[in-house]
Amino acid sequence: MSEKQKLVVIGNGMAPGRMLEHLFDIEVDAFDVTIFNAEPRVNYNRLMLSPVLSGEKAYADIITHDDDWYSQHGVTLHKSAKIVEIDRSAKTVTCEHGTTTRYDKLVIATGSNPFIIPVPGHELDGVLTYRDLDDVERMIEVAEDKGHAVVIGGGLLGLEAAAGLKAQGMGVTVLHLMPTLMERQLDTAAGYLLEKAFEDLGISVMTKANTKQILGHDGKVVGVELEDGTRIDACMVVMAVGIRPSTALAKEADFAVNRGIVVSDSMLTNDPDVFALGECVEHRGMCYGLVAPLYEMAQVIAKQLTGSADASYEGSVTATKLKVTGIDLYSAGDFAEADDREEIVLRDAAAGVYKRLVLKDDKIIGAVLYGDTADGPWFFDMLKKGADVSEMRDTLIFGQAYQGGEPLDPMAAVAALPDDAEICGCNGVCKGTIVSAIGEKGLTNLDNVRAHTKASASCGTCTGLVEQLLGLTLGDAYNPAAITPMCGCTDLGHSDVRRLIKAKGLKSIPEVMQELEWKTSCGCAKCRPALNYYLVCDWPDEYADDYQSRFINERVHANIQKDGTYSVVPRMWGGVTSSSELRAIADVVDKFDIPTVKVTGGQRIDMLGIKKEDLPDVWADLGKAGFVSGQAYAKGLRTVKTCVGTDWCRFGTQDSTGLGIKLEKFMWGSWTPAKLKMAVSGCPRNCAEATCKDIGVVCVDSGYEIHFAGAAGLDIKGTEILGSVTTEDEVMEHVVALAQMYREQGHYLERIYKWAKRIGYDEIRRQIMNDPDARKAYYERFVFSQQFAQVDPWNERVSGKDKHEFKPMATLSLEAAE
Amino acid sequence: MNALTTNWVAVGLLTDIPRRGARCVKNGDMTIAIFRTSDDRVFALEDKCPHKQGPLSQGIVHDGCVTCPLHNWVISLETGLAQGADEGETPSFPVKLDGETVLLGL
Repeated sequence: MSEKQKLVVIGNGMAPGRMLEHLFDIEVDAFDVTIFNAEPRVNYNRLMLSPVLSGEKAYADIITHDDDWYSQHGVTLHKSAKIVEIDRSAKTVTCEHGTTTRYDKLVIATGSNPFIIPVPGHELDGVLTYRDLDDVERMIEVAEDKGHAVVIGGGLLGLEAAAGLKAQGMGVTVLHLMPTLMERQLDTAAGYLLEKAFEDLGISVMTKANTKQILGHDGKVVGVELEDGTRIDACMVVMAVGIRPSTALAKEADFAVNRGIVVSDSMLTNDPDVFALGECVEHRGMCYGLVAPLYEMAQVIAKQLTGSADASYEGSVTATKLKVTGIDLYSAGDFAEADDREEIVLRDAAAGVYKRLVLKDDKIIGAVLYGDTADGPWFFDMLKKGADVSEMRDTLIFGQAYQGGEPLDPMAAVAALPDDAEICGCNGVCKGTIVSAIGEKGLTNLDNVRAHTKASASCGTCTGLVEQLLGLTLGDAYNPAAITPMCGCTDLGHSDVRRLIKAKGLKSIPEVMQELEWKTSCGCAKCRPALNYYLVCDWPDEYADDYQSRFINERVHANIQKDGTYSVVPRMWGGVTSSSELRAIADVVDKFDIPTVKVTGGQRIDMLGIKKEDLPDVWADLGKAGFVSGQAYAKGLRTVKTCVGTDWCRFGTQDSTGLGIKLEKFMWGSWTPAKLKMAVSGCPRNCAEATCKDIGVVCVDSGYEIHFAGAAGLDIKGTEILGSVTTEDEVMEHVVALAQMYREQGHYLERIYKWAKRIGYDEIRRQIMNDPDARKAYYERFVFSQQFAQVDPWNERVSGKDKHEFKPMATLSLEAAE
Repeated sequence: MNALTTNWVAVGLLTDIPRRGARCVKNGDMTIAIFRTSDDRVFALEDKCPHKQGPLSQGIVHDGCVTCPLHNWVISLETGLAQGADEGETPSFPVKLDGETVLLGL
């Protein structure tokens, strides 16, 4: 029996991902695991689709297991591989590409399909569902044109989709068939409050709205018509009316299927070698769509697979939270009215608070909280345990803090929770686990707790509770409101360090570390590059740049790639090039056998895959053609993107290309706290996309609008307007002064939009637009520092500087190695 | 035991390596990074981060550790072990100084 058992998993959602984590925790090598995923990607956190839609997070932020995780655990993951057949007698599964794979144990986790109401027009382009990342990407794409969206369905998913689309700048109407929103989780009073809150967000809500048809034109959605004749114009319709377990595959293979695939308490189907897991499952007549029960099922299957035959799943009571910023809503259990039930209600109209508890036989069986949900987990905990609440019935509704005399602070409420009280519902992490992890592993902040316990790592709504636990366990040592230190080497924050460097006249890294009482002998990879930048910026003529404190890219003036090779981007001033420059690049590419040549987003050319040893020779050849480093690796001035302006464009109002080149030639070589990307557009059509840059200029007939603090990376943000000026010279002075102000005040790695938000846009306008003396002083300090900064680093290295960087110290012959 | 079989090879001078920096030694297919700390101690690790094979020789050297340039894993120069919550190990090699000469044990 040397051969390992083969475990095949169909589906790669959150539930099977969690099952594998449990499985590997129990026994790393129990199975040879193969996963077939119909989606073309790894396992990501579906609960976080709403923040991705609203633009608060990116896909990369919500990945649970990256490719590396699969390879580390020896799991074979087939992406974009839909299983089309299960042969139970042969114990094989067959994928749509035709490959057949044998299993010893099989887990079906096909999830669910969104339900599409079959009204006329449901197949039009622009009718979307809200289930996976493809849906979200499609929604963001359509939302780019702004316009109006209709969301059909006022349940949890529909409302989150509506709020996300609103955040993307769309007008949104929610259509809901029932009289109040989220009627499965909320009573009518809370449903009404919720409706009001959505209207306050600018989202119109229509209840009792029965969709008759979706209107189209040229195959695309143009609106929705209701049964009562009302028409709503829309370029997008999102169907979020519910989900159905995805059971077609199981049905065809003769598994017992009702609404979902029927499983026993051990999560087995009617085949003893086949489990079913997640949203496709029906257990004791219930299908679940929330993550907590799915995770409980996942744990049971992991135990079953590793020989704990008595592990069993007994159904879940679920609690719901709505993840829409600014709306606090919590519901759990059963809250329908009945003769044998009592209710306790608290309303505070002014504060927008509504709380309702449903009791039966002195036990809580349902809870709805709106506006103040802090006690949700406490109520839910008593609900699950069936605790007798008769002793505290009079004050129960006021929450945990009011039990036992004096009102307590929220910290005490958390302190009073028992160790087995669940803090993180998504991941089933209880208080005791978090507290002991904080103690045993010496965790000091939220990120550590997330990494080690998974608490607050899924939907994030228990973050406050986890922070309180940190406070409770660590006492005064935990102070989240305090200034975040630069790194573990000091207690000082970036602002303090910058101020003290100037105030005390500190002019080298060892001096800073000595005077400011660094806790380590020579810093770390976080503080050293920061200190080096601050010193370069503050003492341009006196400080000698410490190359060993620079990140490798800035040390070797190229961008390190995943395989340890480098990429090289020469400057193309304002994005303008010529035949001789292109010919020189072509020659270099041929001579050094450069595998990839790519046009960058900043209007220049990137040569990728260059061996480190070749860099000086590559630069020498580029230098002969007149190229200098594009500093595409630098926390410094990167590109100035331009359009063709009055040179060619029939709409151009000013010489945008010329101005862009002028700015780039003036500002290249300067170091900044984080990268600095600029653009100049020749007219408000804005082809150079200046309104999402760190600093942008938009030319208009009457002169130039200067913009700043845009972002188009991890965050997306349009620029703020600094002000308008009438001449190119004024543009230069204002832009350069703004850049210098940022250079002097920004925290290392803080992009200009974050700095500007911290300082305040008005303060920046006051100093740069309205205070000519301050502006001129900034401008002059920039000009002074440029005389030391504008040295082409490639030319320096061609001439022999830092030779050691590019050559091995020794190459041992084979004999010597033996 | 190791001392008996270790073959000490001179790979260069201490001053060839920048303080708080590293240089590489090519040994057949393997690249070995020789590190020099701020207090002139030397260490040798295979030039591969246990995480995604990043070239450790290109990282920032601080207090007996190096931070990998690809994803900021921190690796102990002495043991090759990943620090903090990360887990992994890079092979390390004995290295010593004979005067100014750096000797690598293979």
